[in-house]
Amino acid sequence: MLEIKNLHASIGGKEILKGIDLSVKAGEVHALMGPNGSGKTTLAQVLAGRVSYEVTQGQVRYQGKDLLALKPEDRAREGVFMAFQYPVEIPGVGNAYFLKAALNAIRKYRGEPELDAMEFLSLVNDKMKLLGLDETFMKRGLNEGFSGGEKKRNEVFQMAVLEPRLAILDETDSGLDIDALRIVANGVNSMRNKERAMLVVTHYSRLLQYIIPDYVHVIAGGRIVKSGGKELAQELERTGYAGLGIEETPPVPAGR
Amino acid sequence: MVSKSQLQAMANQEYKHGFVSDIEEEMFPKGLSEDVVRLISQKKKEPDWMLEWRLRAYRHWLTMKEPTWANVHYPPINYQDIIYYAAPKPKKAAGSLDEIDPEIRAMYDKLGIPLQEQERLAGVAVDAVLDSVSVGTTFKKKLGELGIIFCSFSEAVQEHPDLVRKYLGSVVPFNDNFFAGLNSAVFSDGSFAYVPKGVRCPMELSTYFRINAQDTGQFERTLIVADEGAYVSYLEGCTAPIRDTNQLHAAVVELVALDDAEIKYSTIQNWYPGDRQGKGGIYNFVTKRGKCLGRNSKISWTQVETGSAITWKYPSCILQGENSVGEFYSVAVVNNLQQADTGTKMTHIGKNTRSTIISKGISAGQGQNTYRGMVKILKGATGARNYSQCDSLLLSSECGAHTFPDIQVMEPTAQMEHEASTSKIGDDQLFYCQQRGITPEDATSMIVNGFCKKIFLNLPMEFAVEAQKLIAASLALEGTVG
Repeated sequence: MLEIKNLHASIGGKEILKGIDLSVKAGEVHALMGPNGSGKTTLAQVLAGRVSYEVTQGQVRYQGKDLLALKPEDRAREGVFMAFQYPVEIPGVGNAYFLKAALNAIRKYRGEPELDAMEFLSLVNDKMKLLGLDETFMKRGLNEGFSGGEKKRNEVFQMAVLEPRLAILDETDSGLDIDALRIVANGVNSMRNKERAMLVVTHYSRLLQYIIPDYVHVIAGGRIVKSGGKELAQELERTGYAGLGIEETPPVPAGR
Repeated sequence: MVSKSQLQAMANQEYKHGFVSDIEEEMFPKGLSEDVVRLISQKKKEPDWMLEWRLRAYRHWLTMKEPTWANVHYPPINYQDIIYYAAPKPKKAAGSLDEIDPEIRAMYDKLGIPLQEQERLAGVAVDAVLDSVSVGTTFKKKLGELGIIFCSFSEAVQEHPDLVRKYLGSVVPFNDNFFAGLNSAVFSDGSFAYVPKGVRCPMELSTYFRINAQDTGQFERTLIVADEGAYVSYLEGCTAPIRDTNQLHAAVVELVALDDAEIKYSTIQNWYPGDRQGKGGIYNFVTKRGKCLGRNSKISWTQVETGSAITWKYPSCILQGENSVGEFYSVAVVNNLQQADTGTKMTHIGKNTRSTIISKGISAGQGQNTYRGMVKILKGATGARNYSQCDSLLLSSECGAHTFPDIQVMEPTAQMEHEASTSKIGDDQLFYCQQRGITPEDATSMIVNGFCKKIFLNLPMEFAVEAQKLIAASLALEGTVG
């Protein structure tokens, strides 16, 4: 489904990704782990199409298409979803209104009929329960005044409604307490199936105790330095990144 | 991302109402003098008291200076180079709506304002003002059965002189300011509404102002009086053709609310804003003020200002009656080289008077948007309260937002709250929307609508939809969501 070959990307002239190779098949869950500044968030953002990153080399094929040639909104419409590390707030734009606009933009692109308000509500009802969200939540402004946990739950809720083919979860565990982490992981797990691939980006192995990956990759200095099965995450838990001879570098300001 | 270049590329949509209609008009020669004032009055067969008032206004105006304190810039206006009266020549006297010149009717149809009473806007009575005169008022009879007077200002001077004499200039006297003085001398028409005691006006009253003739100034005057316990909601809309010279629009609006009365006044101002290089466009220099004369009265201004090359207007409230309430809800949009200096003035005189100000300024292109507000709480206005919120949204790196709040409190028991914010549509917000499948254009439109939501909630339903579309069009955001 996703083939990344020798991907190099830089921001403001500074090279962050220095040759990433990664292959993800439908039905698989890959975890991408790495210390701060390793390039894991950059990879997520490049896949989603953030223009502030410049791809200098390499290619990415997604379902046979040249992903990098697509506009960000078309990537989304083709089924690429990213759960943001820092979801934005848009005051005055209702949560439900936003999600309906997104869903209908995607449906329209695919030649499916757009949903009206009633159809939309019946569709999202079950998914709200799954993430423990109530109706007042839907009426609030998009992420407006949400707590960190609410924002992350909202990301996974949106993912559940938009039903992507490729889901990229960027540090979805950061800032969550244990209960919220369980709810979010539950939501993600309920979406695992044979057609859907997931790329779970995280610093800590904690999330991977709830979302068990098929493969784990360790990224450092803009390259994947080690790949393995789920046991690699446990190994990292014991030894830390230093155990792999990786030094943590100061974080690079992402997405500016 | 919607970068500067993209937003500029989007700024391509033409002004939709810029056509000129071929209507035969009677016009005065250019220039202003006592004779012109007399001639206007004579044209309108006005009684002596009206002429006297105009002349006093004119003589006073001669002693006044054009204000320069506003944060707007334009070359000096030559007041002798303006036509002060232009009226469509009647093919024959229009005794009823059916007899309106078909050209004029066609023009209003093109603007989406049907002058037939059974049409789409069935819940709205319309007074249509073209250049200097009113060309027709709908639903007069139905309103008349309730004792509601809704007619052109000229007709009111003839038919209801007592009411006009009593209230004309009682809120905005002719010596109030330069533009109000000019208007008082040469105003040619406008709308008049009176809602009698205890009557709740069952439909929206609306005036549609249209400038058609070239080189003319439009000086209309609106007076609305809500008697004890009455309620009225009034809406005005404005458009003008595309011309490469500037045209002056100096209107005066006076509202009077007696005991327990409520007036809701909404404006959708879409005068021609000039082209992208800033050529042409209307100078919209308007004085709007309401007086809450009675106890428990309420005046609420809602404005959506998207047009005009320059806007200079401050719909205000004088809160004289005890427990009276003044409100100001505003969205002002500037794009290209438009300039707006707008806001409000809330003067608290009576006890327990309350006022709310919510101003939303949106700047794009090289537009300059100024909020100017004054809240004055006089001694003796015990328990007075004000809440002000004024937010600016910037859509380009060359535009500007300016805020000049002035707060004067002479009453120790008064309470004031003021909040202000400036934000930019962030790359983060746009990228987030794109990642959910929404185009940057639709995302911008959505963010702008979210920003204006509190204001739109105060507009009558069908006009809120219009306002959203209009703002999207002014910012040249096509294919808008919703």
